[in-house]
Amino acid sequence: MHALDYIDPGTPAAPESEAARPVTVEIDGFSVTVPEGTSIMRAASMLGNQIPKLCATSSLKAFGSCRLCLVEIEGRKGYPASCTTTVADGMKIRTQSDKLGQLRHNVLELYLSDHPSEAECAASNNRCELHEMAAAAGVTESRYSLPRVDGVPAGCNHQHSVKDDSNPYFVFNQDACIVCSRCVRACDEIQGTFALTIEGRGFGSKVSASQSEPFLESECVSCGACVEACPTTALTEKSVLALGKPDRTVITTCAYCGVGCTFKAEVKGEQVIRMVPDREGHANHGHACVKGRFAYGYATHKDRITKPMIRAKITDPWREVSWDEAVNYAASEFKRIQAQYGRDAVGGITSSRCTNEETFLVQKLVRAAFGNNNVDTCARVCHSPTGYGLKHTLGESAGTQEFDSVMHADVIMLIGANPTEGHPVFASQMKRRLRQGAKLIIVDPRQISLVRTPHIQADYHLQLRPGTNVALMNSIAHVVVTEGYARGEYVTGRCEQDSWNKWKAFVSDPKNSPEAMEAVTGVPAMAVRGAARMYASAPNGAIYYGLGVTEHSQGTTMVMAIANLAMATGNLGRIGVGVNPLRGQNNVQGSCDMGSFPHEFSGYRHVSDDAVRALFESAWNVPLQSEPGLRIPNMFEAALDGSFRALYIQGEDIAQSDPNTQHVTAALSAMECIVIQDLFLNETAKFAHVFFPGSSFLEKNGTFTNAERRIGRVRKVMQPLGGLEDWEATVRFANALGYPMNYTHPSQIMDEIAALTPTFAGVTYEKLDELGSIQWPCNQHAPEGTPTMHIGEFVRGKGKFFVTEYVPTREKTTSRFPLLLTTGRILTQYNVGAQTRRTHNVVWHDEDRLEIHPHDADVRGILDGDWVGIASRAGETVLRAQVTERVQPGVVYTTFHFPESGANVVTTDNSDWATNCPEYKVTAVQVVKVNQPSEWQKRYRELTERNTRIRRGSDVHA
Amino acid sequence: MHTDYLVRMANDIGSFFASEPDPSVAAESIRQHIHRFWDPRMRARIVEYFKETGGVELEGPVRAAIQRLAEETAAKA
Ligand code: SF4
Ligand code: SF4
Ligand code: FES
Repeated sequence: MHALDYIDPGTPAAPESEAARPVTVEIDGFSVTVPEGTSIMRAASMLGNQIPKLCATSSLKAFGSCRLCLVEIEGRKGYPASCTTTVADGMKIRTQSDKLGQLRHNVLELYLSDHPSEAECAASNNRCELHEMAAAAGVTESRYSLPRVDGVPAGCNHQHSVKDDSNPYFVFNQDACIVCSRCVRACDEIQGTFALTIEGRGFGSKVSASQSEPFLESECVSCGACVEACPTTALTEKSVLALGKPDRTVITTCAYCGVGCTFKAEVKGEQVIRMVPDREGHANHGHACVKGRFAYGYATHKDRITKPMIRAKITDPWREVSWDEAVNYAASEFKRIQAQYGRDAVGGITSSRCTNEETFLVQKLVRAAFGNNNVDTCARVCHSPTGYGLKHTLGESAGTQEFDSVMHADVIMLIGANPTEGHPVFASQMKRRLRQGAKLIIVDPRQISLVRTPHIQADYHLQLRPGTNVALMNSIAHVVVTEGYARGEYVTGRCEQDSWNKWKAFVSDPKNSPEAMEAVTGVPAMAVRGAARMYASAPNGAIYYGLGVTEHSQGTTMVMAIANLAMATGNLGRIGVGVNPLRGQNNVQGSCDMGSFPHEFSGYRHVSDDAVRALFESAWNVPLQSEPGLRIPNMFEAALDGSFRALYIQGEDIAQSDPNTQHVTAALSAMECIVIQDLFLNETAKFAHVFFPGSSFLEKNGTFTNAERRIGRVRKVMQPLGGLEDWEATVRFANALGYPMNYTHPSQIMDEIAALTPTFAGVTYEKLDELGSIQWPCNQHAPEGTPTMHIGEFVRGKGKFFVTEYVPTREKTTSRFPLLLTTGRILTQYNVGAQTRRTHNVVWHDEDRLEIHPHDADVRGILDGDWVGIASRAGETVLRAQVTERVQPGVVYTTFHFPESGANVVTTDNSDWATNCPEYKVTAVQVVKVNQPSEWQKRYRELTERNTRIRRGSDVHA
Repeated sequence: MHTDYLVRMANDIGSFFASEPDPSVAAESIRQHIHRFWDPRMRARIVEYFKETGGVELEGPVRAAIQRLAEETAAKA
């Protein structure tokens, strides 16, 4: 059922087009003007007249099957369905008459005759539109009901059929199904998975998941679109069944991926009953995925740490203390360490899982209260090359479009991204565009599901060897330039001529031709040529990319190569085109924008810029350093050499997420004071001395910025379990260090961000409330934000081409390490899994597996499900094998959602030349069949036991 | 800070500028990059390494870049 407060106009708005004329009609004597193409049902709804309906809902195309929405139109015969009939000038429509009443009565009686009673429906705590319609029409009984024997209808009916409760989040109760197809159509039109069908005909017709399978075993990806679309209690959230009806709604933003869906949290008291994606949400338009809609239970999981804790040594048990004691202890340790080892011996890490305000505050704490620039963020290990590459070529460290732009793309090039797993709601939108006929080029070493999925087949899948992105991109550029596809006029007008000439000469060199590069990339030259022509000759060519681009030793080079190609083909600066990084976590864009990098303030301004620094110095009332600080991997090196001793980490789990785990944990063990602020005792907390309980997105106010630069509000639904919102803990820490911070609400932090950051100058909480969300830049030139960047001119003035020579990674396969390991993500789990592992999502994915091609498995005697050891130059771990052709021979693949898998024990500390973003996507490994865990895993188990003991205090006060 | 680590990072930066035909332009670009993104203790350590060894493991224009960095540091001191 749709959101509590949603008034369903029944059919979607008419497709927007400049040619659409306004049409005026009269409905029950009232006149209304609507765009041409609008249904009578929607037009009536605009007058506040809700025509009875069952098979129609505004998120789906009109279907016209239930015949409840009939109307009379003056001068026309019969009773057309108002959902499928569109308005025409001068139409006079009647929605009520005796005849219409009779017809509807009859329809309702028929439906009711094979439907649970009103009381039975009400017992599910869900609404039932059928009973609502019947009540409105005054239908209380059905003439068609079967006679009852012992309370049971005697004769053919669907009552007491078997419930399907296999899905952990919703039940399908066929008794209440009216076969209106709303669920089937939701799965097709909104989600694009095509998991449901109406099986059988006539009386025997019923909704069926895949081939009559339970939902859990079917192709269903549990997005919940069908549950929301269902007009009856047939599909109902288990949380609604268990907890009752919600009584209020709070609009907020999902805390998982970079799509940043807007949700209505439906709440009873302080308890979330269900999350309903907001139809007004600009990023998601009412859709969501299994994580955002259903997997929020971690917020109240028993593993949450809700009391501050301290300990002198990491081998000691934790001791619960008051906030004051924890904060004062942390502050005294940081002061001691700075006095002993120097000002630069401490630092902080901000998180893409925290709000903009929290992130801004942590970097302020480091720069102003610690007095150095040793602050970094987890974007270091994911999208730092995006920031660097796009800033240098185009002038701004961000994606160029809004998500909706994809609906105008003619050719989509998807590089190193797997949106159906990582950015599911955007994937659904992209699939919608592809079903409308846009072409698709996939560049990926793996056979991701978009290569072939219902009603979609990629036109090209350039299945390159891991680590050869730049070689492939150069060969695509070679074709564009040498075959005359470059848009010379565009380039001359908008780009630096010198850089263009240099780049053109470079890519034209025969060494960069697809034929020459075939030996490197493994991609047939003809396919490269075909794909290059397809992208370059499209009216609108759009590039979308993910971590398969950035997490390489040439990550930045590849981002630049992408920007080069988009400039050369004129694919920047309007709707339908662009360079679009798909950010992993919800606030990757935001954490970068907020000045989390050690070399720059918010808005990407270098700390050495005297004018900018003066601005911050006067606002913060303290002198600031002009030299860059340490990046995360540098912090580890400095910790090992003794010059870096204390670290404040908000919302990150570097011991699990960063590469070469053994190196990271050695560095963490060498530090004297690590402060962790998190929801759970995470992997890094095993090496920590102070624990500040974190607050989940449901427990605080703030903003997140998604992958399209869209700033959305996070609104508090419940009180923080640990007593403080995350920003409040930072404020206390700063004050204890002697640097005063006096905020009482995050809106004041946003006001400070706006005052100090030109791209945020126009952002306020009031404006966010008014507009719903805002895409930065938002300032006097763009008071309502900027959906499309670089219109007319690039942010840097003239676009700059960079020569992008292919340099092979130093991570080479040898006879000792003959396979290439690459890593990725899965739909139901999120990042280090700390949240999703503590939800029912584990029914889909309860361990990380190693995907291996049948050929490679065969020569090693490995069968599906066998335990295999994976060894690299960095370390060794053990996982179970999944034998599949999704990976090519010579390549193996895994995810890193479970700490005990130790995927990052194997990854190395090779990194991107410009940003030190780790090369997660290429590790040379050997895989062998084993029958016991690796040495690291054994040590891991011991460490977990030893370093996570808690001595609970009984008299702790905040 | 391990010199191996710093040398490797410097050489990685150098590899991006390897296609620059003018070695002095390449050296200057590498110097600038290191100047803008390396924390002072890292720069000091690689300069020290350069002074001790002449920068034997630094590849191509990277050596000249570090030499410039050394001169810059000396001039500031
Ligand atoms: S939950 Fe989503 S994927 Fe599953 S059947 Fe419903 S609409 Fe389809
Ligand atoms: S995880 Fe991403 S796609 Fe899923 S609901 Fe949240 S923001 Fe939307
Ligand atoms: S609502 Fe129009 S036919 Fe069902």
